Order: sequence, then structure tokens, then C-alpha cells
Amino acid sequence: MTAATAPATDPAPPPAPAPLPAALKKAVRRRRLVPYLLLLAGVAWLLVFFAAPMVYQASTSVQTGTLEDGFKVTWHFATYWDALHAYWPHFLRSLAYAGIATVLCLVIGYPLAYTIAFRAGRWRNLVLILVIAPFFTSFLIRTLAWETILADQGPVVTFLNGIHLLDVTSWLGVTQGDRVLATPLAVVCGLTYNFLPFMILPLYTSLERVDGRLHEASGDLYATPFTTFRKVTFPLSMPGVVAGTLLTFIPASGDYINAELLGSTNQQMIGNVIESQFLRVLDYPTAAALSFILMAVILGIVTLYIRRAGTEELV
Amino acid sequence: MSPIRWLRAHLVVIAGVITLAYLILPNAVVLVFSFNKPKSRFNYTWNHFSTDAWQHPCDVAGMCGSLTLSLRIAVLATVGATVLGTLTAFALARYRFRGRAATNMLIFLPMAMPEVVMGASLGTLFLNMRIRFGFWTILIAHIMFCLSFVVTAVKARVMSMDPRLEQAAQDLYATPAQTFLRITLPLAAPGIAAGALLSFALSFDDYIITSFNAGNSVTFPMYVWGSAQRGTPVQVNVIGTAMFVIAVLLVLAGQLIGRRGRRRVRG
Repeated sequence: MTAATAPATDPAPPPAPAPLPAALKKAVRRRRLVPYLLLLAGVAWLLVFFAAPMVYQASTSVQTGTLEDGFKVTWHFATYWDALHAYWPHFLRSLAYAGIATVLCLVIGYPLAYTIAFRAGRWRNLVLILVIAPFFTSFLIRTLAWETILADQGPVVTFLNGIHLLDVTSWLGVTQGDRVLATPLAVVCGLTYNFLPFMILPLYTSLERVDGRLHEASGDLYATPFTTFRKVTFPLSMPGVVAGTLLTFIPASGDYINAELLGSTNQQMIGNVIESQFLRVLDYPTAAALSFILMAVILGIVTLYIRRAGTEELV
Repeated sequence: MSPIRWLRAHLVVIAGVITLAYLILPNAVVLVFSFNKPKSRFNYTWNHFSTDAWQHPCDVAGMCGSLTLSLRIAVLATVGATVLGTLTAFALARYRFRGRAATNMLIFLPMAMPEVVMGASLGTLFLNMRIRFGFWTILIAHIMFCLSFVVTAVKARVMSMDPRLEQAAQDLYATPAQTFLRITLPLAAPGIAAGALLSFALSFDDYIITSFNAGNSVTFPMYVWGSAQRGTPVQVNVIGTAMFVIAVLLVLAGQLIGRRGRRRVRG
């Protein structure tokens, strides 16, 4: 391993350009092909199984027909209008649930990311493992566990009932009576839980890069800890905030698992509709149109958000 | 220090620990209920302690079959996505070429797309090309969505590698093959390993995309989904707990090996 640790010498000065002999020219041309050869398989895979299906989906969304007679492209754009007209509450609900879950993830996740970055000391790796480890257990099983946790006569509901918090949430309309399961609260709780690691990890990565001495400098200049956070730490963690919110919001708005397992028919999100149009109703044009509306809406929100947040570091 | 001041000084850490508890709570519930002997089909309320499910994990019809299918697909998808993704990542990190920005975009998009959209699109394509849904369609879909994550992980690693190390090897008369096998690959290995681990976890756990491309095949997440309606058997909790424990052990082992490796390089 000595070669790997040898101190690097100064790079040689660039050689003066000289006319290339023919053999070398050939070698250079061959070298130019290398990246394309490396890319070939991966890019082909994505073009055939990711990009092509998207294009095909676009054509499906303007087709009409029945499953028996087959579908034909008839440029029937009305499918979009009909889909939007019939399912706009589902769109709104998806965006609202995903938005609330994203804000909750940020609020809940930030202290943990901050703790790991600045306060965990030698426990840092262990805490990181504990954040990532639930990732490796089936998330469906963990979501089902929330059914047990939030069960009607379970300890959580009994406690919340005991301190009369459920009366407040019922009044606000996020729970119903003395139930938490099958209410918006349960769905948002599940979404927040499932996407929390996607918020914590980017936050941690960007906080880790923040120089701790900046905190001391800010303190030396008589800033309160809160001012230090507001003026120094938080702005410096913006790339993590942007990446985390996108990684949480986008998948959450398309999710249908939490709504299905923890909610009732009144909490269905747009993912539930696409799934049932595709797999049960077998109305492929409507499913395709709904997919594209969802993509367009997300793209619009994300573009606006990135412009407001003002970070170029995205990819 | 007065308790109030102590509380104020440690507020962030306390909030962090509560979040950690929130993250781990469902795993704890899964663990506890894997030792339950439920009264009815539904394993929601505690009845009494039993190790039955741990002793006979495969006693439920279909569950272990679906587990095997998921493992086979996850292994193959990991190998496929890691090989394709590593090649792609090297091209993107090491070469400037025409179409590089477009390729970066193509890699980024699958990660920024809701799964339900990707799953439904690929499903529509297979349906229309009259390709039979099953093992192969699931595998194709899994390689597709794992690929981008491998590329991102490997690319980040390769970009941070010092190219002078490879130049040094060449100066010491290493052939290109030797340089690649003894310098480049070991240096890129942590990125490749991270990508592979992520692929395995993503593939093994995927429900949404799989459900659009599986036909009559039942992967483990699909089995769990189906069982949620009829009453999830205790054995599902056993598998969930075992996965958690194995994952933690693997990550810990990886950390230890990484630490020893680093020490060796430094010493």
C-alpha cells in the first residue's frame, strides 16, 4: 500500500503541442471512443426501459378504445381534462399531505442531523447506522407496524384521548372521533416516518461540511445560539435542505402505500387512483394522463421552489 | 447546573434522540410482535409470548417462496445495476465527451420521478409489446431503477479520487490492466460497495414499481401487501426482525473493516 500513500510529486509541466504521428492519432481517436463504449450498456438500458416507456406513456394518454378492441391514438386530449375534473381532489390531497410531511420531516429531522453532525462525537457512526438501518427492513412491514402503534385501543390513542388532544385534532378535522387510524393524521404520520431518512441524510451531509469554528466566531461576536443558527448554520445547510425536501416531497406525492394501509377511502392520494386505474379498472389512457399531470405538477412546483431557494447545486 | 439550564443546553440533542426513537419505534414493535401468539388472524394486540414463529418461519403458505424470489431478483438486479452503473460512472467522472450533460440528465431523472409514474409507464410498454409479466420483467424494472443510484454513488467516489495515484503507478511501469486492478478498482471499491448495497436494499424492498410489472409473480413486499388484508402472519415479523438484525450487523462489519483498512493505509 506504499504506492497509494506515497507523497504526490508536482505534476509534470504540460508538453508543448507537436504534430502527432499517425499511430498516435489513431490511438487518440480510439481513446475518444472509450467513454461511449463505457456508457453503452447503462444508457441503452435507461433509454429502452425508462425513456421509451415515458414516450409511449405519452401516446397512451391520447389513445381511446377498449381493452377488447384495443387502443388507438386518436389525439383525444379530453382524457386529460376528464381526469383532472374527476380527480382534482386527489391531486390537492396528495400535494397537501406530501407538503405537510415534507415540512414535518424538515422540522423533526433537522435536530437529529444537527446532533449527528456536531454533538454525537464518537457515537456518530452508531447513530448514522440507526438512521439507515430501518431502511434495510421492509418498509411495508414497518408501515404495518404503525397500524399496531396507532390501533384504536392502543396506548398511543388512549394517551392522546386521555389528554384530550384527539378532541382538538378532531375539531381541526385531521382525526375522527377517538380514532387515529383511517384519518389524515395517520397517513401524514406514515409519510413523515417513511421519508424521514431521505431528509436526514442530505441534511447531515451538508451540515457536516459546516466548519464548527464558524459557530465559535459567531458566538465571539455576541450572537445568541439562535441567531447563530438563523444567520450561519441554516443558510450554510441550504443545499441539504433543498436536496432533502425534494427527496421527500417528490416520492411522497406519488406514494399510495401509506394512504392505502393507514388511511381510508377518504384519504386516497393520486397514486392510489393511478394504481387502481392501471391495475383494476384497466383504463390505461386515464392512468397515463394522470401520471403526466402528476409529473407536470411536480415539475412546476420543483422549478418554482428551486428558483426561490436559489441553489444551483442540485445534481 | 439547574435542570432548566441543562434542558436548554441539550434541547437539540434531546430532540434528536426523540426523532431517533420515532425512527426505531416500528422496528421495536415488529420485534416484540414476532414473539406474540395472536388470538385471531390479526397480529395487532398482544396475547402471549411464544417462539413458534421463530421456530417455524416457513410454515405459512407462499411466504418463503416469495422471499426466495425477492432474494434472487435482488442479487441479480444488484449485479446488473452495479456493473452497468460502474461503467457509466467511470465514463461520466473520467471523460469529457459530447452528450455528457444529456447523460447526466438521463441518470438523474429516474431518481426524481415518482415511482408510480415509472412503474405504470414500464408496465404499459410491456403490456403493449405483449411481453409476459413475471421474473424477467421484474428484473428489468429493478435494474432500471437501481442503476441511477449506483452511478451516483460510484461517480461521487471516482470524482474524489486523486488521478495522480494512477499516474504514479504508470510511472512505475504498471500496465493499464495492473493500474486498474491494483489502484483504480480498490480506490473506487467503497463507492461501488455502497452502490451495490443500496441496489440490493432498494430492489429487495420495492413494492410500487414491482406491482406494475410482476403479473402473477409474488415478491416478498407483494406478499406482505397481500397479507395486510387477510391478516399478516407472525412469521412476517420474524423476517422483518431478521432483516433488521442482519442489516445492522452487515453495516457494523463494514465499518470495522473500513476502519482497519484505513489504519493499515495510514500505518
